[in-house]
Parts: sequence; C-alpha cells; structure tokens
Amino acid sequence: MTVARFWREIPQRYNLVGTKCETCGAVFFPPRTLCPHCRRDGKIVPCKFSGKGKVMTYSVIHSASDQYFDLKPYVLAIIELEEGTRVTSHVICEPDDVYIGMPVKSVFRVLDCDGPDGVIHYGTKFTSDV
Amino acid sequence: MVGIITYGAYIPRFRIKIEEIARVWGANSAEITGGLGVFEKSVPDYDENAATFSVEAARSALLRRPVDPAEIKAVYVGSESHPYAVKPTSVTVGEAIGATPVMTAADYEFACKAGTAAIQTAMGLVSSGMMKYALAIGSDTAQGAPGDALEYTAAAGGAAFLIGNDDPIAVINDTCSYSTDTPDFWRREGETYPKHGGRFSGDPGYFKHVFGAAKMMLEICGTKPSDYTYAVFHQPNAKFPQKAAQQLGFTPAQIKAGLLVPYLGNTYSGAVPLGLSAILDVAKPGDRIFVTSYGSGAGSDAFDITVTDAILDKIDRSRAPSAQQMLAQKKYVDYAVYARHKGKIRM
Ligand SMILES: [Zn+2]
Repeated sequence: MTVARFWREIPQRYNLVGTKCETCGAVFFPPRTLCPHCRRDGKIVPCKFSGKGKVMTYSVIHSASDQYFDLKPYVLAIIELEEGTRVTSHVICEPDDVYIGMPVKSVFRVLDCDGPDGVIHYGTKFTSDV
Repeated sequence: MVGIITYGAYIPRFRIKIEEIARVWGANSAEITGGLGVFEKSVPDYDENAATFSVEAARSALLRRPVDPAEIKAVYVGSESHPYAVKPTSVTVGEAIGATPVMTAADYEFACKAGTAAIQTAMGLVSSGMMKYALAIGSDTAQGAPGDALEYTAAAGGAAFLIGNDDPIAVINDTCSYSTDTPDFWRREGETYPKHGGRFSGDPGYFKHVFGAAKMMLEICGTKPSDYTYAVFHQPNAKFPQKAAQQLGFTPAQIKAGLLVPYLGNTYSGAVPLGLSAILDVAKPGDRIFVTSYGSGAGSDAFDITVTDAILDKIDRSRAPSAQQMLAQKKYVDYAVYARHKGKIRM
C-alpha cells in the first residue's frame, strides 16, 4: 500500500468512520460518496460506527501471505456492525473459539507493516465482546 | 484544582511463567522467582506495541468519562519502546481518540519514568490555563536480551490519565522530582536490547532516587506515611518497591493494591501508571495516594494525590476493565511462542 493511500484512509482504519445517507438512512463502510439508492437526492455525511457487532461468517486462514505469516492460523470474518453495515476484518481469538453470531467489539492493532523500515499500518480489528 | 479527570489501562492477555524462561536458560527458577518476587509476566500479541496499548488505555479512559476529545489539547506518550525511532506515537493516539488536529503532542523517553514525566507536563499545561485537558500516557513493551536477567521481568502494558481541573476524580496536591546523571541502565541507538550496570542499579540508582523524591514529597506536603491510604512505587521487581516502602515507613497493606509486578512483570513506563490505575480501580473518596516512579539514567517523580467524591458520580469505572480483571484474563504461552511474539526469532 502506498503511504498516501494509508494516510487518506486513517479515519476509517483507526476510528471506523464511514458514511451515512441522511435521505434514506443507509450506512456505508468503507465510506461511499454516492448513495446507490438515492443517487443525486442522497445527502452523504460522515458516520462513526460504534465498533460493536457480530460475526456473520468466518474462515480460519492457515496459509497466509508473507505479511500475515506471524499471525497464522488466524480468523478472518465478515462482521455485521450494529448500525447495519458489514466489514471484513481479523477477529482476535483462538480459531476454535469463533462462532457465527459471536458478539465482537473493535480494538486498535497493527494491521501490517511495509517491511522492517516502512510505515506501520495501524487500524481496527475485532475481539470477543462477552 | 488540577487532577485526574479519568483514567484507563491496558494489559495484553498473554503470560509467560518465569519458571518457563528459567527452564530454557538452565537457570534455577526457584532462586530467580524468590529473588525477584515475580512469578509471571505479560507478553504482547503479534500485532500489539506501545502505541496500540496507549490507544486502548486512552479509549478506556474516555469510555469511563465521556469528554469532548476536541478539548484535549495535548497528548504525551512516555515509553522506551516507541514503535518508530523517528515518528511520534502521540499523534497516532491523538488521531485514534479524535483529538487531532488542534493539539500539541510529543513522545517522552526517560527509561521507566517517562509516563510520570508526561503527567507532570500535563499538570503544568492545565494549571497554567493553557488548556482544559491534557492526556498523559505511560506504555511499554519492554525488551530484555534472551538469557539476560532483564528477560525474566520485561513485560508489556500501559495506562492513560486525562489531566484537567474541572471535577477531577483525584486531585494531585503536589509533585516533585529528583534527577541525576547515573548510568545504571541504557540502550545505545540502533541496539535492540538495553544493557545495565547489574547490582549497581540498586543503591545509587533506584533507592537513591526513590528516597530522594519520596522524602522531599513528604516534607513538602508535611505528611507522614501513615497519612496515606495507598502508596505505589516503581516496580522493576517485587523486592525493590517492598524494600523502599518499608524503609520509608509504608506498610505492606498500603502498597498491596498498586503492586502488580508479581503477576505482571515490569512494564517500564507503564509500571507506576498501571499501579496507580489499579489503586483508582478500588479507591474511595478521601483516600490519599502516595506515588513515586523511577527511571534509570536516573530520576524519580513523586506525587501526592487525594481521591474526591467525583470518583463516585462523575465517572463510571465499570465501563472499562480494571487492572485486576485484565490480569485475571490470561493465556499462558511457552518460550517458543513467546519468542515468536516478541520478534526474537529473525527470519
Ligand atoms: Zn440514500
């Protein structure tokens, strides 16, 4: 990832800032600048998500790319946030402990690094909220 | 009066037993555990560092007492394990709590007392009227070279204190410091692990400075040890703070709540901040707290603190986990997994 792209995405990565269409109430993460329902009538504003949600589905990754080598095996899940949109994220737990419907909350972690001398990409992961 | 508006702490969930480290290096674990009074220590997850601890601790503080992050005009993070050699941890924290961009920020370093130095700076900025709130954090993921004495205690964690003067949960009555140029512990630029002066670190290092600051604090406040409900001292192991407390005239009961080191290890810049957070977890209005940190190199900061009624109705302590809750929530790892976690295996 380029330094510029990471920097632009800091609000959504650190604080789950997406967008909301004030016209129809739909929420978007990652943020959208145009509401697919309302089109030109949509009024898009920033929306900070609470970070609470539940696991919709998941897989356990045993064969990871180089940047996630240290983490394997790890849980990658689609999480439905309580505000109604979905995000794909790591869930920090033992692979045996994750289940569909598991309540989760957001935490601040290192997502990956651009090598030993590059930028550290911080962002949001999820962990059990029970 | 300037004081603590809210606070938060973070301890990672992994632990390694001291006997497991001793097993790997063929050391006598009973002797080491007996000598240090430390039984296990915290270990960071693969994707955690001093910055992530700082963010989690700061967010817990704001969960306990919602304040407008835009009113936090300063963020200082004290650590000797800042993830970057050049690039501040403090702005990452500022961004993650929504305090940016109208704020000042800097990273502090003073071995194990960088966190209390940050609290003093925050007190000055708030007391002078320059700002409403300033955030001070002490956080570390401490490094000890494999097989070195430091490896038995070098641990991970941190705590954050929001300093302000409207309805503090604890008033900081006064603070003072005692500092000299003493080479008891150091790490040169580019080196991975610190070095230390062995036994030298005790008397001319820890005890001279802790006594220097603590006795000065008692004199300034006109108090005696029995005036305090709690006391917390820097805790590189369990023996040093117990000996310091005893020689100053504090009882084992006074230091119990803040003495986390036996099952946490030495969290360096996080040590006194975490100990103070554990005291605030259980403190009642009117309780008086005596605090003395120590950072090698060397210096000590002392604080005289009085808990107020606001701890009952201005803050909801249950909204974030207590230090004891985080200590109890643990998963043990063996040395091989620990080495992987700490990046001690180079590929
Ligand atoms: Zn719409």
